Amino acid sequence: MSLDTPKFSDFDALYDAENAKVATEMYEDPDLFKEEMDRIFKKTWVWVAHESEFPDKGSFKLSQVGLDPVIVVRDRKGKIHCMVNRCRHRAATVCEVKQGKTSSFQCPYHGWGYGLDGSLRAVPYPEQYGDDFDKSQHGLLKLRTESHEGMVFATFNEDAEPLVDFLGPEVCRYMTLFMKQGGGFPVKVLGEHQFQVPMNWKVQLENTTDAYHFPIVHKSFMQTLDEKTEDLFAFMDKNEGWVEDLGNGHSIMMMMPSRADLDDRLDDPIEPRFEWLAEEIRKEGYSEEQVKKIVLAVGGPGFNMNLFPNVSFSLSFFRVLTPIAVDKTDIRHMALGMDGGPKIANQTRLRLHEHFQGPMGFGSPDDAEVWERVQRGTQGGEELPILVNRGIVDEEPGVMGPRGHVSSETGMRAAYKMWKRMMEQEA
Amino acid sequence: MTEMSKLDPKALLADVTEFLWQEADILDRKDYDAWIDLWLKEGIYILPIGDGEDYENQLNLCYDDDKMRRMRVDRFKRGFSISSAPAADTVRTVSRIVIESAEGDVIKLRAAEHLVEDKFGRQRMWAADLFYTLRKTDDGFKLERKIAKLLNSDGMLNSFSYLF
Ligand code: FES
Ligand SMILES: [Fe+2]
Repeated sequence: MSLDTPKFSDFDALYDAENAKVATEMYEDPDLFKEEMDRIFKKTWVWVAHESEFPDKGSFKLSQVGLDPVIVVRDRKGKIHCMVNRCRHRAATVCEVKQGKTSSFQCPYHGWGYGLDGSLRAVPYPEQYGDDFDKSQHGLLKLRTESHEGMVFATFNEDAEPLVDFLGPEVCRYMTLFMKQGGGFPVKVLGEHQFQVPMNWKVQLENTTDAYHFPIVHKSFMQTLDEKTEDLFAFMDKNEGWVEDLGNGHSIMMMMPSRADLDDRLDDPIEPRFEWLAEEIRKEGYSEEQVKKIVLAVGGPGFNMNLFPNVSFSLSFFRVLTPIAVDKTDIRHMALGMDGGPKIANQTRLRLHEHFQGPMGFGSPDDAEVWERVQRGTQGGEELPILVNRGIVDEEPGVMGPRGHVSSETGMRAAYKMWKRMMEQEA
Repeated sequence: MTEMSKLDPKALLADVTEFLWQEADILDRKDYDAWIDLWLKEGIYILPIGDGEDYENQLNLCYDDDKMRRMRVDRFKRGFSISSAPAADTVRTVSRIVIESAEGDVIKLRAAEHLVEDKFGRQRMWAADLFYTLRKTDDGFKLERKIAKLLNSDGMLNSFSYLF
């Protein structure tokens, strides 16, 4: 399908930026979904892994860029490669292990062997291919790969701008702040919750910087918190926070500005809810300064940041979306900890993660329910728009783009603006 | 629990089967107060992810001590959680019960669970291996540890508004 196809010639009808209205087809049209996979997921930087998930030479992890299954791997020199998981002979996947360590990838069908950098190394019985068979032209299909703050991104687009330019200075700055929850240790992925939701991927894209839903959808989670913690989550009433468009579709929801930079809090007394934890860490012989830093890190920073198109930093975990079909999206919630940090601190992080996240968390199932309800709701009233205009009335200029009330839909507008910019470009 | 069951494996199997079926029925009926009563206070209820068994130091779907278990049940009951108001309906069977050991008051066993959930006119099916540590008390069997390991625990799941 090309731009001439009348169906997708009018992107203003799909997203009306001036009035911040999203058309129903945006969640429902399978042809539009295919176009999105080509024009967005094949064109931009897509998050594929965190470096701690494949820490050693030869370690790898399976991931996805749009609909393409990929392998992310470190070669013998530690360089990161990302390539499509498809043999160049007759297309069999060369790896079906989710995560592991290897010295090469051998196709199970006819035995073509690939190096860690994806190059074709060995072809059994090569004589029948003749003398001019060029192995160098038959390596696994490679993607460009770059990392920032341990986050690995890949793109099919050779002409894409450098990753840090795509992220922009504000995103990079906040990424550094986010990683301070390592508490002085490298941030490490401790595990992931995975669940599929019958919804369009953009319903998730909208959610990470949506504070408006929090007191409603997560009421039952709030009810299980002690008063102090509940107060921490009462950011809607306090009016201190904001949502800001950080450029290129990215946005931040600053819920607790006092926790933007954890280092600013190092002189604070330890929160009563974590006093027991501080005591345990002291017993392991850490200095008082380290104890404070680690305990602060366990609590995590005070913001969510959404990166277009598929990853977000949500208080103390990564949230990754993978589009599967127009009405099907895979969600991963990756629990983070301190690599080499005190066991008890990581245990506490794990239990906090389990409390809110994942298929049995006190938060995620309620999110999943309302997202599915959006998909079900858009079956009716096709002509009605989806409104993302909240907070447009009192937006002010921020560093990179507009900044609105903490509950404004500024982040969604940022994402849809980028969506439109990418969709308008020729695939 | 008679003295007989200590000596007679068949009687013990019959006793634990009765208990497991009673629990399965309680969970399908979502009679969570009754379920809480089946537990020892120090009991731990776990849904792990993958094959690891260092539950404390790994990410699980849930790792509930008494406090978390009560909060979880409370959340289900209070009606503020949109995903559990209403929750999916479930029908489950527990079978293929194997007693691994019975020493003193402590019985370890494993079993298979099949569960079908129904919500929004769609049904989903789940299978799990159950691992129990039961303690025999004057008040019948009590749960000391229950691990429900979903067949695809490290795969793509959905959200759950009920217990396994
Ligand atoms: S398909 Fe891979 S070697 Fe033939
Ligand atoms: Fe939410």
